Amino acid sequence: MGPLLDRRGWIGFLGTGLVLIVGIPLLNMLADDSPLHLADYLVPLFGKYACYALLALSLDLVWGYAGILSLGHGAFFALGGYAMGMYLMRQIGTRGVYQNPILPDFMVFLNWKELPWYWYGFDHFAFAALMIVLVPGVLAFAFGWLAFRSRVTGVYLSIITQALTYALWLAFFRNDMGFGGNNGMTDFKDLLGIPLQTAAMRRGLYVVSVLALGLGFLVCRYIVASKLGRLLLAVRDAQSRVRFLGYSVAHAQVFVFTISAMLAGIAGALYVPQVGIINPSEFSPGNSIEVAIWVAVGGRGTLVGAVIGAVVINAAKTYLTGSVPEAWLYVLGGLFVLVTLVFPRGIVGFVDQVRSLRRPRAAEKLADEKVAP
Amino acid sequence: MATTFWQPVRADDTIKIGVLHSLSGTMAISETTLKDTILMMVADLNSKGGLLGKKVEAVVVDPASNWPLFAEKAAELLEKDKVVAVFGCWTSVSRKSVLPVFAKDNGLLFYPVQYEGEESQRGVFYTGAAPNQQAIPAVEYLMGKEGGSAKRWVLEGTDYVYPRTTNKILRAFLHLHGVSDDDIMENYTPFGFSDWQTEVAAIKKFASAGKKTAVVSTINGDANVPFYKELANEGIKATEIPVVAFSVGEEELSGMDTKNLVGHLAAWNYFESVKTPENAAFIKQWHAFIKNDKRTTNDPMEAHYIGFKMWTQAVLQAGTTDVDAVRQAMIGQRVKNLTGSWAVMLPNHHLTKPVLIGEIRPDGQFTVVWKTPKPVPGEAWASKYLPEDKGKVANWTFPWVCESCTTPTYKKYE
Amino acid sequence: MIERLRLSLFALLSLLLSVQIGFAAGGQTRLATLVQQLGADDFDQKIAAVGELAALGDPRVVKLLQALENGDLYVTKDKKVVLARQDGDNFATSDPISGAKIGTATSDDIDQIIVNNRVREVIDAVLGTLNLFSPSRDDRLAAALDLVKHPSPASVPALQKALAAEQDAEIKQDLTLALAGARLNSPDKKMQLAAIAELAGSTDPAIFSILSALHDSGNLDPDVRRADESALAAIAQRLQLVRIGMTLFEGLSLGSILLLAAIGLSITFGVMGVINMAHGEMIMLGAYSTYVVQQLFVGYLPASWLEAYLVVSLPVAFVVTGLLGIALERSVIRFLYTRPLETLLATWGVSLILQQLVRTIFGSPNKAVDNPSYMTGGFELIGGAFITWNRLVILVFCFLVLGVLALVLKRTSFGLHMRAVTQNRDMAATMGIPTARIDALTFGLGSGIAGIAGVALSQIGNVSPNLGTLYIVDSFMVVVFGGVGSLFGTLAGAMSLGIVNKLLEPVSGAVLGKVVVLIAIILFIQRRPRGLFALRGRAAEN
Repeated sequence: MGPLLDRRGWIGFLGTGLVLIVGIPLLNMLADDSPLHLADYLVPLFGKYACYALLALSLDLVWGYAGILSLGHGAFFALGGYAMGMYLMRQIGTRGVYQNPILPDFMVFLNWKELPWYWYGFDHFAFAALMIVLVPGVLAFAFGWLAFRSRVTGVYLSIITQALTYALWLAFFRNDMGFGGNNGMTDFKDLLGIPLQTAAMRRGLYVVSVLALGLGFLVCRYIVASKLGRLLLAVRDAQSRVRFLGYSVAHAQVFVFTISAMLAGIAGALYVPQVGIINPSEFSPGNSIEVAIWVAVGGRGTLVGAVIGAVVINAAKTYLTGSVPEAWLYVLGGLFVLVTLVFPRGIVGFVDQVRSLRRPRAAEKLADEKVAP
Repeated sequence: MATTFWQPVRADDTIKIGVLHSLSGTMAISETTLKDTILMMVADLNSKGGLLGKKVEAVVVDPASNWPLFAEKAAELLEKDKVVAVFGCWTSVSRKSVLPVFAKDNGLLFYPVQYEGEESQRGVFYTGAAPNQQAIPAVEYLMGKEGGSAKRWVLEGTDYVYPRTTNKILRAFLHLHGVSDDDIMENYTPFGFSDWQTEVAAIKKFASAGKKTAVVSTINGDANVPFYKELANEGIKATEIPVVAFSVGEEELSGMDTKNLVGHLAAWNYFESVKTPENAAFIKQWHAFIKNDKRTTNDPMEAHYIGFKMWTQAVLQAGTTDVDAVRQAMIGQRVKNLTGSWAVMLPNHHLTKPVLIGEIRPDGQFTVVWKTPKPVPGEAWASKYLPEDKGKVANWTFPWVCESCTTPTYKKYE
Repeated sequence: MIERLRLSLFALLSLLLSVQIGFAAGGQTRLATLVQQLGADDFDQKIAAVGELAALGDPRVVKLLQALENGDLYVTKDKKVVLARQDGDNFATSDPISGAKIGTATSDDIDQIIVNNRVREVIDAVLGTLNLFSPSRDDRLAAALDLVKHPSPASVPALQKALAAEQDAEIKQDLTLALAGARLNSPDKKMQLAAIAELAGSTDPAIFSILSALHDSGNLDPDVRRADESALAAIAQRLQLVRIGMTLFEGLSLGSILLLAAIGLSITFGVMGVINMAHGEMIMLGAYSTYVVQQLFVGYLPASWLEAYLVVSLPVAFVVTGLLGIALERSVIRFLYTRPLETLLATWGVSLILQQLVRTIFGSPNKAVDNPSYMTGGFELIGGAFITWNRLVILVFCFLVLGVLALVLKRTSFGLHMRAVTQNRDMAATMGIPTARIDALTFGLGSGIAGIAGVALSQIGNVSPNLGTLYIVDSFMVVVFGGVGSLFGTLAGAMSLGIVNKLLEPVSGAVLGKVVVLIAIILFIQRRPRGLFALRGRAAEN
């Protein structure tokens, strides 16, 4: 297999990581009146971006390298989030409105007498942590097993992944499901015994999110650089030929799809305590489409691009919904159209192109690695 | 990154308030109007010299019908823009999503929509109706002689917390009045539901059991238009099966063909058709502000009107916009509401409100056919009907100071 | 209360019919007094006045009561009842009895006389019985049907009289049923049994309701109870059958809506391979075109033409969305044919822009698109099977659109070129087919059809900026389930999804039913990865 990252790559990766992990919390810890002080609300906001970036990364792994455009990755994200939410709900205990030591408030309200079986175990963090990767993983495995073995590809696959998240969306809306219906889960108190609203906890969650993003990136790099990664690229570009050569295409696809779903689940789990709510809207098909757009804007099949795309678009959204609330959709919509037309290989592709103009040798290299449609 | 990006210079010559209503996405249909209402009130206040000698500035953001974004934007308003009060939210889930933010950052939220109750937060003022200010009087009316002495009930709602809560309270209420479970049908459909054939057929069938049947609708938002179109086309007349709705107001009717819906009912605390000098002035001001004589006014707009006026009064009384001082000063504020009686802010952060029952007119307005003799105080907890709420008190004055407690938080010093 | 009123009303009416009373000299003043009484604050007084007015037998009463029901009667400051019509900002007032002009009033001078459902019910009953003898067939039919639903022993003499005079078979049948219903509570057991026997043959939820009310009334003769029970069982069984038939119709109706929403997509996505996320917005723009056409009709054309607005909307919506589609294809999509998955991205951006554009121009709240009379109401096929016109029209309409489209594809040179380009672009270009123009026109056609769908959908649902988002996911499901690129597949897909959905709905509830359908689609695609009707050719190879 190839190297995980080259020397410049490691320097960039570790440098960025250090700045994000040490720099941001330090700025936040400065005194309030210091001109460099970073407002409290920005810490979970940046943490949220990190979670989105991890989600985008997971999609880029399957879309950019295996050609599987999943329009249902939001579902895995949300399932991870729900697993975390269930743990957090159980932690509330008697501090809820109805002071029931076992049942969450919404169950008390719906006159449920006992905890449904699928809520068992979620009072233990270790169990919840396991479920955060297991539930999305198992669903992705089962779904992938069925889909890839019967060679569902291209838009058909995209649409049934959309059907998956749409079905879950509708199902989780139902109050009778026992996941809090439309309101979902909110009013979380603490995680591992530490109150969520403290500044230290928020910094901690942020750091963990960035670490998870970094680790996720390395995992994806590892897969991409391995023999399996080469195989996936081949599957993406000429599936039938790979099959004729005797490789098991389905196995490779199922494997990478499952890993990707687990990463998305982790992203969702870290997202929930930072935004303070998990509800079915995370399953909405539109959300999953947006993730694909982050990846495309950043640059598909580059991993770094997915991260950049997610952060840039979400930062733009944060900024524009505040500064031009009536017109931000024009800007964002226009951006999507423009990027597709003018920068087909996204931000990263554009940067490469600019560089290659300056260094002709890189251009040749670029031509070799041309991303197939 | 430049620090000015997240730390704008604080302007001391203006008072900033936040407007947190969705301007895009599914809820924009309802919420945009409320944003305009606050902007109108602010413009009006500034034209009269502002507040405490300063201009009031409304900071508008778009949470885009996205619930986590509501929390993010709320934090941005409170921490970056340093607003001293926020007027916003519509859906229950958006309110639930921002509550931790308002608790942490010690903000003030004015929430203008009728809701499910079971809540009374320290930093939130509920200017819409609690269940006892809308649902129960409406059902009492339909049970009575004027309402047609209904004996059988269909509780039709969208599957989320407000209809679930309202229907739970109503079921308990109906039981108290001797209605058995056989005579109650409860059904839920998803948000934005558009194919009502099966449900309307089920209502017709349920109503054919030989007893006067009424439908209590807690159907939300977009799903109402296809529901009423189906009702009208299936020829269900209000004189046969009256439908009383809690989420259908003038603005929703303006998007419907109401000629065939005459007589169906709605219960609110305000109707545009009520004739009072205050209301006439308000409608005139609204038409001038929005530059459209056809635009309707509705109940949540009145709630914002009351909320904004109370806030200005509380600021004047406290002599400052400091959140703690204003929150204290809010309780007991009185504002004449648009239908002529007085709205008073109660210690549980809810208002006194008159309950009006209106029947739909062909022109898309409502005729008030009944109203409570005097304003009804809002109750956060349905203690009368729900066993789990028994004995709960919401009271933010000394010595109680709690969202829900059965004994005061503090001892009185005698 | 209302029953008592009906009783007295019928008594008076039958009296009136047997002995034609001339107007006493006091009639005039009595009329005037009663009209004044309509302005009372108390609903009981109003109802009493309505009842007495009806008993006067004065022909002017009908108009008066209609005015009351329509909210045209007002009370002035000095407590006089007047007829008032809005005239600009003011009201033109006139005498409610003679119709003589009085003058004008502002909205502060007069208060509308309020009627509630209870008063309205009484007015309807009064007008209804008066209408039993109306010269208009429709009025008589409506009156007879009303009496079927509200039987009262007091109506027997009037019914007998009307039955004897009636010529129309349908009305006669309803009158017979009404008569049977009225005799149901008769003290004479024989008559009761005869009435039950008469009613047992009907299939009508209203009759079922009457019979079950009798059943619940208690103190019944055992024979009557037994007869009643067996009649109820018979009707219930027939109603059950009707219900099954209706479920199928509901399924077809839902299917027709899904189909309309999806046909356009089956061209832009199915035939051209563009993952067209802006498809929903084309539907939305079609609905808004309908709204604009309606407003233009209201604003600039005589009121009698208004009914035609919907028909005019069809070409307008087609052209507007079609041109927009062509513009979209030329400016954005044509650059993306080699990268189909990325069309998703660009069209998603376009859909965001279009939604916000509509919000900026028309505002966020829903717009009212009225149903013309031919799309309002419905008819009762048999008892309990009520078919609404709008659904029937849409069902027929969707087949019409599909048929025309199939003709265009199979029988015109444009269709031939279109198929050639989608099956093998390079070869088609070599043969001299202007592929670029065909692409633009094809996309325009798909968008135009989406616009037409918007016209139809405006008749059953919201017209709001979010309209498109409601249909987009379902449309994709339909096209993929049916088989990309196959029109027939789209038809089969839409109809089967519609029917399955409606069959599941009563059992599992609306939400779970849909979830089950979606899971079924996922599993189905595993079995047949190309949908119900797979296409061969280049499009199938990607």
